[in-house]
Amino acid sequence: MTHPLISLFQRDLALAYKQRAELLQPIMFFLLVITLFPLGIGPGPETLQKVGPGVIWVAALLSSLLGMDRLFREDFQDGSLEQLMLSGASLSWVVLVKVAAHWLSTTLPLLILSPILALFLNLTEAMYVSLIATLLLGTPILSLIGAIAVALTVGLQRGGVLLSLLLLPIFIPLLIFATSAVDAAALSLPYNGQLGIIAALFLLALALSPAATAFALRVSQN
Amino acid sequence: MSLLSGHHLSCSKRDRLLFDDISLAVEPSDVLYIRGPNGAGKTSLIRILVGLSTPDTGSVTYRDNCIRSHYDVFHHHLVYFGHKLGLNTHFSPLENLRHWCKQHQISVRDDHIVSVLDELGLVGLETLPVSSLSAGQQRRVALARLWLKNHADMWVLDEPFTALDVQGIALLKARLVEHTAKGGGVIMTSHQDLALSIPVRELALEYRI
Repeated sequence: MTHPLISLFQRDLALAYKQRAELLQPIMFFLLVITLFPLGIGPGPETLQKVGPGVIWVAALLSSLLGMDRLFREDFQDGSLEQLMLSGASLSWVVLVKVAAHWLSTTLPLLILSPILALFLNLTEAMYVSLIATLLLGTPILSLIGAIAVALTVGLQRGGVLLSLLLLPIFIPLLIFATSAVDAAALSLPYNGQLGIIAALFLLALALSPAATAFALRVSQN
Repeated sequence: MSLLSGHHLSCSKRDRLLFDDISLAVEPSDVLYIRGPNGAGKTSLIRILVGLSTPDTGSVTYRDNCIRSHYDVFHHHLVYFGHKLGLNTHFSPLENLRHWCKQHQISVRDDHIVSVLDELGLVGLETLPVSSLSAGQQRRVALARLWLKNHADMWVLDEPFTALDVQGIALLKARLVEHTAKGGGVIMTSHQDLALSIPVRELALEYRI
């Protein structure tokens, strides 16, 4: 018999596959923002190279916010979350599994698309490598921290606006370190420091977020 | 030893005291029927008893262990049926119940789930999305948990008879009798009159202003 958490993971991925039309929305948003940017600011290769990493990061941030709500809202509204909380499994682990499935189904497609987008924005190979590294380490932070905010706002009718207001200030440091890592890569400087800080943020989020999210979910059920 | 008991529970919502100093206990083979008008706090009491919300004062114990510290043991023996059915409308009844069983560590085969659904009058609907079923049929799917989780000795049901037809009510009543005959306990709320063939205890909640 499969472990309950593994079966939860499979369930969430199966559900994401069933709702793939909905999942496409953040991906389309990401693609559109990045394809419109060169048209908006002019096709000069140097300009694009300068703003490119920032544009990709901002687009990834905003499109992850778009899909964030899916993490718990539906399960909360149809009562699946109640049944899950009464299944005897540890809620922190449940949260971690759900965040992982959510990241795989909403953010990983963005990362897979990013080479084409890097081409649009005339990024060099070194810049692209550093961009992918920061996205790989940074986007799980978005999902983990986002989970806390979604859990807090899940009981509210119009939680979406509050969610963005809660999250954007927290994401700003991440954005600064990520883009500065890519800038350093563009100048062929080492960017281990920035990556190290992002990795530290990731580990901190990984350690704290599941417990905080589980607590917030319990409060939302009250 | 009582299965599930609440000790001096009180709960207030938005500055309104719903109930105060309520104590109750469900023994094996016991049916406790919580009555009261709308807004009296029946659902709040039920959610406190299963551990979804915390009471303002008081505690809940399962077999003399506080459910806060032994929630895994308690939830292993509990079936909760609430207002929200816990069914994802994109999945079919079969998929919903299969995932639910796995999460609740019940090992059943698909053909057993199908036979339970058939028994509940859902022949041929097992693989349609839940969103295409009627309200009563959706509730029947959710109630199938009472047939699937056989090792549960405590059922907490919030208005299980709502939206069920005569035949559905008869099926559920028969299952309730069967469950109590095995020594299981039941706590339920309902606005209908219960005409069970087994003795039922009542707890009346009043609407307080």
